[in-house]
Amino acid sequence: MIVNKSEFVIGRIVLVVVLILTVIPLVNMLSAALQPADTNPTGLTFPTDPQWVNFVTAFNTGNVWRLMGSSLFIVIFVVPVSLLFATLAGYALGNLRIRGGRFLFIFLILGLTIPFEALIIPLYYEIQSMGILNTQWAVIFPLIGLYMPFSVVWMRAHFIGVPQELSEAARVDGATTLQEFRRIQLPLARPALSALAILLFLWTWNQFLLPVVLISDPLNRTVAGALTFFQGQYYSSIPLLNAGALIIIVPTILVFVIFQRQFIAALLQGAVKG
Amino acid sequence: MTTSIAPRRAAARSAARRGTLLGWLFAVPALVAYCAFVIYPLALGIQYSFYKWNGVGPSEWVGFANYLRVFTDATLLGSIGNAFVLIGFFTVIPVAAGLVLATLIRSLKPGPFSSLSQTILFLPQIIPLAAAGIAWSWMYAQTGAVNQVLSAIGLGFLARPWLGDFQTALPAVGLIGSWVLTGLCTVLFLTGIGKIDQSLYEAVRLDGASWWREFVTITIPGLRQEIAVLVTITVIAALSSFDIIYTTTLGGPGRATLVPGISIYRIGFTQSEVGLASAFGIVLMALVLACVLPIQRLARASDR
Repeated sequence: MIVNKSEFVIGRIVLVVVLILTVIPLVNMLSAALQPADTNPTGLTFPTDPQWVNFVTAFNTGNVWRLMGSSLFIVIFVVPVSLLFATLAGYALGNLRIRGGRFLFIFLILGLTIPFEALIIPLYYEIQSMGILNTQWAVIFPLIGLYMPFSVVWMRAHFIGVPQELSEAARVDGATTLQEFRRIQLPLARPALSALAILLFLWTWNQFLLPVVLISDPLNRTVAGALTFFQGQYYSSIPLLNAGALIIIVPTILVFVIFQRQFIAALLQGAVKG
Repeated sequence: MTTSIAPRRAAARSAARRGTLLGWLFAVPALVAYCAFVIYPLALGIQYSFYKWNGVGPSEWVGFANYLRVFTDATLLGSIGNAFVLIGFFTVIPVAAGLVLATLIRSLKPGPFSSLSQTILFLPQIIPLAAAGIAWSWMYAQTGAVNQVLSAIGLGFLARPWLGDFQTALPAVGLIGSWVLTGLCTVLFLTGIGKIDQSLYEAVRLDGASWWREFVTITIPGLRQEIAVLVTITVIAALSSFDIIYTTTLGGPGRATLVPGISIYRIGFTQSEVGLASAFGIVLMALVLACVLPIQRLARASDR
């Protein structure tokens, strides 16, 4: 690649400026969180006497254990069930090429661009008539349905890429469809499945609209949905609000940093396919 | 021979049919979940949109009156207008900035610095949008970092509570969207540039082309696909924005940052006008489709 020196230098400088702009809001949260809880902090000033105790206060008064548990409960149902349903349907559409599959596919594509906001009003009354309003199920069931178009399209794209010869070979060896699915197709689908799992985890964990509307007790929501509760609780204390919000963000960032290669790959693929 | 082919064909056909039966069985759970929580509420929403209903009492058929209100009510039209302004911040700025940034930093060799910058650029994608809203409300506050920087560089007279000012609230909220989406655009464009044939760049350099010429004749055409994808995603994000606005301004001050998502929430749950809110939901869905379909068609046309 031909790159001259001035371009290289400008590129570096611009990149560093953008990186700083990206982290400033987060660093700014930390600097506020470390100010004395009963003061009104000013801007980005690192405190001389950092109040780490704010994190303990926010953790306890914010019921963070309960919030994390509630989020985890929601994720534990939404992600595996979505993966299972989407894999089965994706296999049927991509590998078995069932009759009428084209219609089914187009029918699902229709759901890809529907914004959640457009469905939230009828969804509320549907959940109410199911009698599960204000429980975690009010978020779990709809999310499985709402993620289905994307997840099926994703898994179908994977199964279409698997050579048909593999299926034929398996059948010649006398494998039934179920055996072939379990022994051959599922192991091959592992990369596609784990990328989809990452996306679904992130979307569920960060889901805001559904929990805010469908679960009135913030302690039963996802952590993202509970941020409004923090805003109410720490209305008068910017340090505690920022400490609370950071506590909620940090686990996701940690998971991201550990699995960042997989995360970035999944998000980029997700963008392209979505 | 004919006798042996016929039964084999029959067997193949019945095997295919069995595959189809089993296949549909496989598809049923996904289909049920999708119908129950996407198609059914959609149908329910269309039904509600023709009624006047407060959510508990009796309902009254009003025909297209709710839709008429969506297209004539100044507040509701204003919220659609705001959503289109947000496209400037959610789509135009991140895609343009992403293109320029990716071009400038493509020379970066793979190494700890480049992977660290990728990680940092991606951070806004990982945290909940609601948390981004909280972080930025503090940045924009009267005593916050934005005003602090302004007074430090002698522009203190510009300082204001950015989210509370009628003039600046919408751009301020929009810039949060730019902050969230620029990293995604940059990283996607970087991988896209990596796929462009490097000899093209070398050829145009040897011809003595300027930076701008190279950008317009090679980089942009080479990234058509990525541009189409990012424009689609970011336009949807702009039109259906909710989380950021909810945690920063709730649509205020006045209606300065009111967007369709917040409008629907307020009309449906605060004002209890379920029919009107449902009609607005259907309009929002149509609006997203009307914006996304032409982008997809354009992208496909330019592929040929």
